Amino acid sequence: MTEVRPRIRLPRSASAGDSIVVKTLINHDMESGQRRNSAGETIPRQIINRFTCEFGGVMVIDAALEPAISANPYLEFEAVVPASGEFVFTWYDDNGEVYTATEAFEVS
Amino acid sequence: MLTRRDTLAIGLGASAVAMLPAAVLADAVDDAIAAFTGGAEMADAGVTITAPEIAENGNTVPISVDAPGATEITLIATGNPTPNVGKFTFGPGAGASMVATRIRLGRTQDVMAIAKLADGSYASTRVEVKVTIGGCGG
Repeated sequence: MTEVRPRIRLPRSASAGDSIVVKTLINHDMESGQRRNSAGETIPRQIINRFTCEFGGVMVIDAALEPAISANPYLEFEAVVPASGEFVFTWYDDNGEVYTATEAFEVS
Repeated sequence: MLTRRDTLAIGLGASAVAMLPAAVLADAVDDAIAAFTGGAEMADAGVTITAPEIAENGNTVPISVDAPGATEITLIATGNPTPNVGKFTFGPGAGASMVATRIRLGRTQDVMAIAKLADGSYASTRVEVKVTIGGCGG
């Protein structure tokens, strides 16, 4: 598999206390465990099974994901930004790997 | 390299999954609902699913769920071999009880969202999505 690279999109600006739309995407096959290869063997499941987002140490969303989430899982949600701080995004892979991304956000 | 025979075999496997008896699937869906609600009653207002009426590609169907006041939302694809899609828990930092994502749908079916509200009650809704090409691989 190619290198896993998370992508985050945040609005350019927001005022303190605003609710902002956060868009995240990570490249990942999300191998469902339902497919078979050309020899008829089941391809083992390997998905991102959990995603979390925190802002300034406060939990925004904690998602338990199943194989029915499409490849390159995309998640869009809203977060409150009471003050400037840092977003921490974490993706948990079935294979035990944990991918994180951080993004500083300044409020006006 | 995929031979013609392989392709046939794969196709047969896929249709075997598609022909799972409806009763088995219904059980799996009931189990998924019960696992989330513990069998509690569900109100039928307060949850909104936004999804295309017709999805040409079942591999990636955009869907969003909004349930004001919900602390948790679970998504269930009632016609998939494994109905659970995802469970989303909103923390104190959430700006709204909404989430949008892209999901796989094996065939035309109802997608269901159940929200757990702050007072511990449940609400749900379901919408039909027509799928032209199924997204469960094969």
